Amino acid sequence: MNLLTLVLLVPLAGFLAALAIPRSAPQASRNFGMAVALATFLASLGLLIWFDRGVAGEQFTVDLPWISTPEIHFHVAVDGISLWLIILSTFLTPICMLISWNAIKDRVKEFFAFLLLLEFGLVGVFMAQDLFLFYVFWEVALVPMYFLIGIWGHDRRIYAAVKFFLYTMAGSVLMLTAIIYLYIKAQTFSYPVLLDMLSTGRLTFTSQEEILLFLAFFIAFAIKVPLFPLHTWLPDAHVEAPTAGSIMLASVMLKMGTYGILHFCLPLFPGAARQCASWIAVLAIIGILYGALVAMVQPDMKKLVAYSSVSHLGFVVLGIFSFTQMGLDGAVYQMLNHGISTGALFLLVGLLYERRHSLAIADYGGVATVAPWLATAFLITTLASIGLPMLNNFVGEFLVLQGTALANFTWAIWAAVGVIFAACYMLWLYQRVFYGETGEEVRRHVPDLRLREWAAIVPLLVMMVWMGVYSQSFLPPVSKATARVLDQTRINVPFRVGIQKGRAVVLEAHNGR
Amino acid sequence: MAASLVSSTDLIRFLPVIILTVMGTALMVLDPVLHKRASYAFGHLSIAALLAGIGGAIYAFGDPGPAFGGMLVVDGFATFFQILVMAVGILAILPSYSFLARQEAETSEYHALLLFSIAGQCLMASANDLIVVFIGLEISSIASYVLAGYLRDDKRANESALKYFLLGSFATAFFLYGVAIVYGATGTLNLTAVHDAIVGQDQPLVIFLGLAAALMFVGLGFKVSAAPFQIWAPDVYQGAPTPVSAFLSAGPKAAAFAVFLRIFLTAFGPIGAAWEPLVWLAALLSMTVGNFAALLQTNVKRLLGYSSIAHAGYVLVALAARSEIGTAAVMFYLAGYAFMNVGAFAVVSHLSGKGEKHQNVEDLAGLGKTQPFTAAMFTIYLLSLIGVPLTAGFFGKFYIFKAALESHLVWLTVLGLLNSAVGAYYYLRILVTMYMHEPGEGASSVQPLAPSMRLALILPAAGTLVLGIFPSWLLEFASRSAALVK
Repeated sequence: MNLLTLVLLVPLAGFLAALAIPRSAPQASRNFGMAVALATFLASLGLLIWFDRGVAGEQFTVDLPWISTPEIHFHVAVDGISLWLIILSTFLTPICMLISWNAIKDRVKEFFAFLLLLEFGLVGVFMAQDLFLFYVFWEVALVPMYFLIGIWGHDRRIYAAVKFFLYTMAGSVLMLTAIIYLYIKAQTFSYPVLLDMLSTGRLTFTSQEEILLFLAFFIAFAIKVPLFPLHTWLPDAHVEAPTAGSIMLASVMLKMGTYGILHFCLPLFPGAARQCASWIAVLAIIGILYGALVAMVQPDMKKLVAYSSVSHLGFVVLGIFSFTQMGLDGAVYQMLNHGISTGALFLLVGLLYERRHSLAIADYGGVATVAPWLATAFLITTLASIGLPMLNNFVGEFLVLQGTALANFTWAIWAAVGVIFAACYMLWLYQRVFYGETGEEVRRHVPDLRLREWAAIVPLLVMMVWMGVYSQSFLPPVSKATARVLDQTRINVPFRVGIQKGRAVVLEAHNGR
Repeated sequence: MAASLVSSTDLIRFLPVIILTVMGTALMVLDPVLHKRASYAFGHLSIAALLAGIGGAIYAFGDPGPAFGGMLVVDGFATFFQILVMAVGILAILPSYSFLARQEAETSEYHALLLFSIAGQCLMASANDLIVVFIGLEISSIASYVLAGYLRDDKRANESALKYFLLGSFATAFFLYGVAIVYGATGTLNLTAVHDAIVGQDQPLVIFLGLAAALMFVGLGFKVSAAPFQIWAPDVYQGAPTPVSAFLSAGPKAAAFAVFLRIFLTAFGPIGAAWEPLVWLAALLSMTVGNFAALLQTNVKRLLGYSSIAHAGYVLVALAARSEIGTAAVMFYLAGYAFMNVGAFAVVSHLSGKGEKHQNVEDLAGLGKTQPFTAAMFTIYLLSLIGVPLTAGFFGKFYIFKAALESHLVWLTVLGLLNSAVGAYYYLRILVTMYMHEPGEGASSVQPLAPSMRLALILPAAGTLVLGIFPSWLLEFASRSAALVK
């Protein structure tokens, strides 16, 4: 037991205890859920304080035997990447609870309990060091989200929930096959041991084996990201989910995919990853442009934000497959940025929906005159989302583009076009919703931010500015961890890639180890 | 033969079957005394008999070995399956209390037949001789046929029983033909001796043995409801009284798989390469037919019937692996499956109401609101049937596909896992109806949970979760026992 297991177990214990609260006391469920979420957040801040930033490897390791045949361990730890993703999850859960405080009236107890179970699954995914345990958390996180969408969502919620579940399930069974295959080959599920075996040459793959294993993992992750053309579940799930569900889905769950690619696909199958890199990069660029173009023509606000996620996540994947230090740093930073700014966008859209009961952009206009503070918060978030300097996304996008440019300049050009598109659709959205004539309905139904809503949005705005102005608070541990990932991708690759005159070239060819 | 035809050791190794048979007969004798006055006592006595039977099986396991001149054998494998079928019996009796009271059909025959059927299955589990297998199969089946038609005024139950009987008899006949041919080809019916005879032959009579294996495969394939011999399963499960469906889908199936493993791995082990493609194909067919047909079902019992075909397919995948790990995986899976499936049927039994009118998926609408406890238990069973981690169903599938991959059945594994993703859809549909639809007018009225029914819902759920979180102990026992079946 250490602080890390505490961060994992508090939400689980909270979930079980929340089930015992009688249905007749919804306020007790709310208070209890909030208390547990805040306690988890505080514990995760403890991780941040005691995390040794000078070390690249895993910290807070707990390794206990769980199942003896086959040998499966409860093995958790964090590195500089997963640390931030865990804090992102624990940071957003209380915000989601705040925003659902009055919005959720039906089955309050279950709602708050499922949010805690979701937090447990998500936090678990980011800390698992045993492939089997990782898979367990991966699936556990799926169940509460399915219920969140299916029970508390909008009109087409059932279709969206089932589609979401089946897409993810189809991907994850492939991953399970690959995990079992790896076990049979290496006789271990332990991720550090696998990496060690790879680096010492005790575990080798034929190139066909490696490609297939890589794809089995990658497709599961790519569905989650979602990478074009596997994204079709996302607009449905996002639009139909309740606000809290959309926030957790966009901000944290999508990161399960990119984290998986970065943390498992690259180090385990470096050869295959590099071989497929250009194909994947092209898909990522298509995703960036396609997501942006589709977002531009959406009449529905939530769908617009959902498609913008496809576009933003394309940047993350592109950064990862640039195989450069900057690209990887930018990708991780973008994961966090997207979590903050898109989370905030979904939150604000949710607030508008609560007031006007419509998601159609055409039903709004002139909101800025009746709700100036809401408009200001939305403006800051919009600007952050399109990558204005001094706000968070700028840093991430810049790093990704720079890293990509080092690897392949053409890719960077195409991706940069996506940034321009983002400005178009976001600013146009802002203009149509907040400026112009104030309609009668809007005047009557759209009050400004309330205290509880302030409390939910201000932390997000603060983070946007902080992450934009002083990225040094966040990036050093990330760089240490990504440098290690990058190093691992050079193992067993018969050539070493480097940068000369701004282009990636093969520096030296050597014959394995 | 010497004077001491039967030794005390033989009797001890035969103990579970003795206990169940004696108690079953005693129940029928007690009928006039207890009937009307205390009909619930039949249930209590049967549960006591089954507990005693489990105790007997454990006691007999203290001194394992052959009995009756090698016709029976008590080993870890036999004991495992005996305890399993008796536990299934207990789990099936628990929902029977409320069910029989509601149908006003409490008699001693019901329980006696159940005990006889289980006695047959215990015999199958420890059989080491094809004739004993056949006798066990018949005892188990004939009692099951009657049980399926237990509600004799119900048209569906009659249809169910008749179908089960006719097709079942055909299947047993096939099996018996197989037995006869084995005897012709090897001159013995003892499984170990058949194995030795096949190994001993310079040029095994592959044609004869292959034919025998194929015939037995048909017979046993029917009993485990593997495609293409699955036609009966949905009709029987739908028509039979729900607690009986629960029992049929787990008990006889587990015993039949036990026999399957012993015959094919012990006796026909040497010609494994010949029958493996057969099992491979049946596994794939069962998974595909079961899952895709279940997608279209509206009746929950029928849906569970098709799903049980799919699950038989998963178990056959492990059989196709032809390894010790595969056998252990089969054992683990059947134990987990017994819990989740009997639990699911118990839920249906609780909800279906008098005359079993409410069996459709729509009848479950809003159950999450009206009966949160029952819905929560059903959710655990359904998640386990889907194969979500931390449930028995997940580890069962995991071990099966691990065994298959270790035997290089890569394609079967991939197809099987994709199949389980398809399967998720129809289980999800039930979850959707329970939690995401509003309670409808025709929905079953809220019934108070009798203590026995509460237990019938909780025990399997506890089993499902325990096996899902701490699977090692059972798997280790299964692995040790699996080594004996070769």
